[in-house]
Amino acid sequence: MRKFLQSRFVSEYGNFFVLLLLCAYYSFATLEPYDPVTPRAGQTLARFIVEQHPQAAVVIITPDGDQNLVYAAAVEEVLARGKVHVLAKIAGRPSDAARELQALGRANTHVDFVITQYAAAKWPILSEAGRERLAAEHPSLRDVKVVKPASYTWPTFLTHGNLRSIMNNIAIIAIIVIGMTMVIITAGIDLSVGSLIALSGVVAAVSVQRMVGDAEPSLGVLLLAGLLAVGLCGLVGLFSGAMVTAFDVPSFIVTLAIMQVARGAALEIAQGPSPIEIKSAAFHLLGGGELLGIPNPVIVMVVLYLAAHVLMSHTALGRYIYAVGGNPEAARLSGVPVKRVLLFAYVMCGALAGLAGVMDASLFRVGRAVAGQGYELQIIAAVVVGGTSLAGGEGKIFGTFIGALILSVIQNGMNLTKVESKRQLIVFGALILIAVLLDRLKTRGTKTA
Amino acid sequence: MRGIHKSFPGVYALKGIDLDLHGGEVLALLGENGAGKSTLIKTLGGAHLPDRGTIEIDGRPVTISSPHASQHAGIGIIYQEFNLVPALTARENIFLGQERTTGGFISARDERQRADALFRRIGISLAPEARCRDLTVGQQQAVEIAKALLLDARILVMDEPSAALTLKDVERLFAVIRELKSQGIGIIYISHRLDEIFEIADRVMVLRDGEHVGTELAAALTRERMIEMMVGRKLEDEFPKQPAERGEARLVVRNLCRGRAVRNVSFSVCRGEIVGLTGLVGAGRTETARLIFGADRLDAGTIKLDGRVLTIRSPRDAIAAGICLLTEDRKAQGLVLGQTVRENFGLPNLSRFGAFGFLSAAQERSALTRYVDNLQIKIARQEQRTSTLSGGNQQKVVLAKWLEQDSEVIIFDEPTRGIDVGAKYEIYLLMNRLAAQGKAILMISSELPEVLGMSDRILVMHQGEIAGEITDVDRATQEDVMRLAVGEAAGTR
Repeated sequence: MRKFLQSRFVSEYGNFFVLLLLCAYYSFATLEPYDPVTPRAGQTLARFIVEQHPQAAVVIITPDGDQNLVYAAAVEEVLARGKVHVLAKIAGRPSDAARELQALGRANTHVDFVITQYAAAKWPILSEAGRERLAAEHPSLRDVKVVKPASYTWPTFLTHGNLRSIMNNIAIIAIIVIGMTMVIITAGIDLSVGSLIALSGVVAAVSVQRMVGDAEPSLGVLLLAGLLAVGLCGLVGLFSGAMVTAFDVPSFIVTLAIMQVARGAALEIAQGPSPIEIKSAAFHLLGGGELLGIPNPVIVMVVLYLAAHVLMSHTALGRYIYAVGGNPEAARLSGVPVKRVLLFAYVMCGALAGLAGVMDASLFRVGRAVAGQGYELQIIAAVVVGGTSLAGGEGKIFGTFIGALILSVIQNGMNLTKVESKRQLIVFGALILIAVLLDRLKTRGTKTA
Repeated sequence: MRGIHKSFPGVYALKGIDLDLHGGEVLALLGENGAGKSTLIKTLGGAHLPDRGTIEIDGRPVTISSPHASQHAGIGIIYQEFNLVPALTARENIFLGQERTTGGFISARDERQRADALFRRIGISLAPEARCRDLTVGQQQAVEIAKALLLDARILVMDEPSAALTLKDVERLFAVIRELKSQGIGIIYISHRLDEIFEIADRVMVLRDGEHVGTELAAALTRERMIEMMVGRKLEDEFPKQPAERGEARLVVRNLCRGRAVRNVSFSVCRGEIVGLTGLVGAGRTETARLIFGADRLDAGTIKLDGRVLTIRSPRDAIAAGICLLTEDRKAQGLVLGQTVRENFGLPNLSRFGAFGFLSAAQERSALTRYVDNLQIKIARQEQRTSTLSGGNQQKVVLAKWLEQDSEVIIFDEPTRGIDVGAKYEIYLLMNRLAAQGKAILMISSELPEVLGMSDRILVMHQGEIAGEITDVDRATQEDVMRLAVGEAAGTR
């Protein structure tokens, strides 16, 4: 067991397997029957009618609503192409359907099929008893068959919407996790990120308000406000880094202090905990918009992770970050500009927290001085679960990303399986402990080997 | 110990070792780095369990499965790195885990008396209430020995006990060892310093590549024979110094000062010259080197290279100017132990590999391959962690990383400390080559034979100052150097 834990394979890809296992587990645990009301399901059903009963007379009945209308339109289109006669198309309430069917019956029009969907199929008029009553009144409705798309089982966890919400939930945190990973690899820590989210959001909101009041801000104004917020957080990171490098103050203490100061400053600037609105559709695009069906925060996140990976693995600066964390003295004596490297890590962490804050404000259309509370712990947990050692010198950007995903998947999975939020806390705590324990087992292995 | 076998993944570290130790004798354990000495010691200390073989103490078979079992069996091990808590006193360290208590409270008086008795027993005068961080290395060692004796150790293993000691402390250590010998304690003594072996050891046991080469009476051995047994071939000359063409002065330092550690130090190193810098521990040699390299800030003084005054504020500046320093402490200062061989090799040289700010691992790898071949660095992969290498190979990795820099001034600080005879020889040859290329070499060393054997010129420091210079190295003796080092004679010879 020990040997297995210490193998290179496990240490580099172990948490990826954990992620896969979790996904598999939650896929299994959230299996549920589905009744599709999609254009594709409608097309499949219609094609069946066209092929098997080309002479049939058909009525389409659905409840009202966008999705149903799209579904019905898809059915009708395929039927029309197959030259199947559509007698009527009803989107409405049960009484509408009954009225229409009775009208057809009175006109003595023969009806073979009623194409519908799962909800309408349960209406009394379409139930077996209802159909018998219809047949008794109108002979032409004697052979009506009600058809709907077949239902199937599918894990809720793996639905498009759910996967999307996992990515959405993780994006903002995952962006900060990049900076935190760098800081932790240098053997430091940054507790101020949660407060910086708030500071950044508030600064962005207030500066937009100051510049244009209640008018619609121009793109330039928005950009300026965003840069101001991110830049300010970068400066805060610079300050933390300077305290660490120039005065050798432990980063834990410095950033603990900054955490308080930044939160206070955010409340001060926002004049209290109530949110400051940003009335701009353009501003909402950054956090709430999407490109080619992918939410913008997810795109930003992916781009940043790729950039960070290249930085950490393929540049001198990345190598220096690892070296400084592994042995600062040896790094310095090898000509590594140790202080600048440390400053870079803290500035990066601060600026990324700032960016996340702006995105958060953009998503919710408000700057909140109470945003991001407790995020620093989630972020540190993601780094640790991702396999980065708190002792510094080790860790991988993608490992960290997987760590963030693991946390998000567990949270999502527990929500889906209806685990209470108090229990969720317990699970998260236990998870972090297990991750740290595994890390210890691994490092103990490298020491004795 | 009979037929001890131990293998690690990829390494067959011990191949059937037999070891006999009598009460009241000193058995010297010799071998190059990687010969298996440390592994053998660790099987005694309970850090490794042998794969095969038996261990008997006083005729009774014992199983040493943990450090605790080792202590219980009467074995005391004093590793190179001490296991002392710096913030605690000597007494507290000695009794750590063995506290004398009355009714749950530590009885300091009882402990103090026992500590005093232990110190008396080994003939050392030391205040039990001194904090360990204030003690000299020699005194800390005495605390370690006392700690072992407290546990009734009948067997004492000392791993390179003299490596970090001053000459005076080494003498004191030997007195302690003789005292323990007379009390019937068996001692296993590991050292790379052959002179010491003759002085202290009764018998000599030599390991090579995990095998037992032979055990002989120390009195029946010669220095040459010992080296031959260790390296498996005859070494013609321990110090293969070749006279290099001496050119113009390259590195010139004037009036370097830093606090009390370095005072008004001036000297120069010429093209093709190896200048030995020696003195007692604490004389300011390493401190001087760190000033030149920018690791510490100068209070005053100038540093010139090839006539140009350098402004050096950091090691980065020094490296850019063409100066490099191979530090004395490889593990703490020379290497990032958790990183791979390739990462360590690349650290000062990254600007050479790749383009547009992106690293080229391929270029880095091929550069390192050259050094692995030339310096015969024994590694399994370039991605091997440096913490898993033996001392000699670690030193070679440090050498490789600085050779790739191709600096004009190379400062070696104790380049052969803790490495075996074979590797030492290779490093001397390398110094010759560098000197022949016209580099200026400053070699700091405490080993007088090495200083005398390899230098073109010797500078001796005493209490932060250059006490004297020896230009006629061939006719100088160790006594000449020592006189300058202790501040007896001043001036130039």
